[in-house]
Amino acid sequence: MMALRSWLLDPAPASRAQARAGRLYLTWLGFVASPAALAGLVIIGLLVFCALFAPWLATHDPYAQNLKQMLQAPSSDHWLGTDELGRDIWSRVMYGARVTLGIVFMVAVLAAPIGLLIGCTAGYLGGTVDRVLMRFTDIALAFPRLVLALAFVAALRPSLENAVIAIALTAWPPYARLARAETLVLRNSDYIAAVRLAGAGPFRIVLRQIVPLCLPSLIVRVTLDMAGVILIAAGLGFLGLGAQPPTAEWGAMLSNGRDFLLDAWWVATMPGIAIFVTSLGFNLLGDGLRDALDPRRSQ
Amino acid sequence: MLSVLLELALTFAGLLAVTFVIGRLMPIDPVVAAGGADLNAEQYARLSAELGLDAPLYEQFIQFVMRLLQGDFGQSFLTGNPVAQDIARVFPATVELATLGILIGACIGIPAGIVAAVKQGGAIDALVRMLTLMGYSMPVFWKGLMLLLVFYVMLGWAEGPGRYGIAYEGLVPVVTGLLLIDAALAGDWSAWQDAFAHLVLPAVSLGYGAGAYLARMTRSFVLEQLRQEYVTTARVKGMNELHIVLRHVLPNCGVQLVTTLALTYGLLLEGAVLTETVFAWPGLGQYMTRAMFNADMNAVLGGTFVIGTAFVLLNLLSDLAYRWLDPRAR
Repeated sequence: MMALRSWLLDPAPASRAQARAGRLYLTWLGFVASPAALAGLVIIGLLVFCALFAPWLATHDPYAQNLKQMLQAPSSDHWLGTDELGRDIWSRVMYGARVTLGIVFMVAVLAAPIGLLIGCTAGYLGGTVDRVLMRFTDIALAFPRLVLALAFVAALRPSLENAVIAIALTAWPPYARLARAETLVLRNSDYIAAVRLAGAGPFRIVLRQIVPLCLPSLIVRVTLDMAGVILIAAGLGFLGLGAQPPTAEWGAMLSNGRDFLLDAWWVATMPGIAIFVTSLGFNLLGDGLRDALDPRRSQ
Repeated sequence: MLSVLLELALTFAGLLAVTFVIGRLMPIDPVVAAGGADLNAEQYARLSAELGLDAPLYEQFIQFVMRLLQGDFGQSFLTGNPVAQDIARVFPATVELATLGILIGACIGIPAGIVAAVKQGGAIDALVRMLTLMGYSMPVFWKGLMLLLVFYVMLGWAEGPGRYGIAYEGLVPVVTGLLLIDAALAGDWSAWQDAFAHLVLPAVSLGYGAGAYLARMTRSFVLEQLRQEYVTTARVKGMNELHIVLRHVLPNCGVQLVTTLALTYGLLLEGAVLTETVFAWPGLGQYMTRAMFNADMNAVLGGTFVIGTAFVLLNLLSDLAYRWLDPRAR
């Protein structure tokens, strides 16, 4: 263990791999030095754990209705109580982690490449292409995100897939700006000139040389954004425009509980706590990643 | 100035185009939606021409823009009124809610951010950071429900959902549409109290989110200024810390703060959509959500366009404020 540590922290690395691993280890040390960042990592780790092992963690079938057991308060049998159809809330919250994680993943997979491609193309080609693409991005940035997503979903018919598409369509502009800024720095570096001299076309240069270098800062930004994405997705679910019943989605569960707030507070409270904690986790993790990866702060 | 106007025109064109496209995305045939499913071919063609749907797409877009610019958003199927008239009726309620929200947010968030920055690393700083982090991690509709549960159901300190008690319905003559101002104008103070008691919970649930964002931004603006050399100079001269913050640091953060405030206000208008659903607040958000579930697309698009316009104008305002307040940008 100590040998590994001193190998990682060696001020004179013998190989490129050692230098890279050492750099990564230092970043990791910076990251775990902050208890908040670590808490974020733990929360997101728990979320992934719940999503993966939901069938084993759930104590009941999340869709099984039992009208004899409806609106039961939290007890040893139903840890978080039951909802208006007698379904076990703990089990539904566990399965809901899958839906939430799925939304977050799909939005990241859809929105980040759009932003990356637009930003890198604009930054690398410059000139008119840059001006047109960035004007387009600025216009998209000036729109209200939630309301546009609402209108999109309303027009397309409410469903989980449409909610994801709507959120992704409103999420890409900040990524495009970020990728463009990074590309502008990289564009004039010597190694890009070398690749160009070797005969690579602009398409190849952007995809193979520039995009990979923009990824780290993009990942940080996406992580920070995921807290907001979760809130918007839950909001759509709450309005009935996201996941449709009987899917165990936290926003929709919360919305059901609204009608029973007076006699059964737990129906709305429990999924709300799940949304809150998950969003908090992404915020903490994003802040931690940003601080750890910020070159101005590292030693 | 010209570039600002050009940018505004472009953004507007974008907003119009997006609204138009969303309207065309509907999987339901608009002719069938308007005339019913059992139209024969001739009736279908006539209705289609009547609705202007037989024209080429770009012509339809031009017609759409011309009508919108005249303030004609079409009829609402749901209420039977012109959408513009409906929006004029419900929008003041949303403005009232968002305005009180931003006032609460600014009055708490900005001072909290300043104190946190001045006492950086201390207990107050940690507390402010924790509260702000909670503020923007919490879903606004859940916040609203929990406030209702605690302050209306359990404690009975505030009024429940809705904008006024049944006893006050239609009592206050509508002048501005902002109930607090109308009640004050009418001199009806018991109606004012009732309106305030209804407004306070939704406004607080919006205000907390806004305050959290403002506190975080204020803290980072002030921290940045505190690192400047003029602050060191002032300290060396023996000026006390309070004086430095109030007289030197704050004026230098003013520009950024005004910009942030304008953008936050836009976010609140938008966030009001969810808050209004929780509190049964008869504003634009509730109007739009109701329209959504009844495929009343004219009403949805009208509302989207109005909120989008408010957003674009607030962006413009913050841009202008920046140019006007910061001598370097003139």
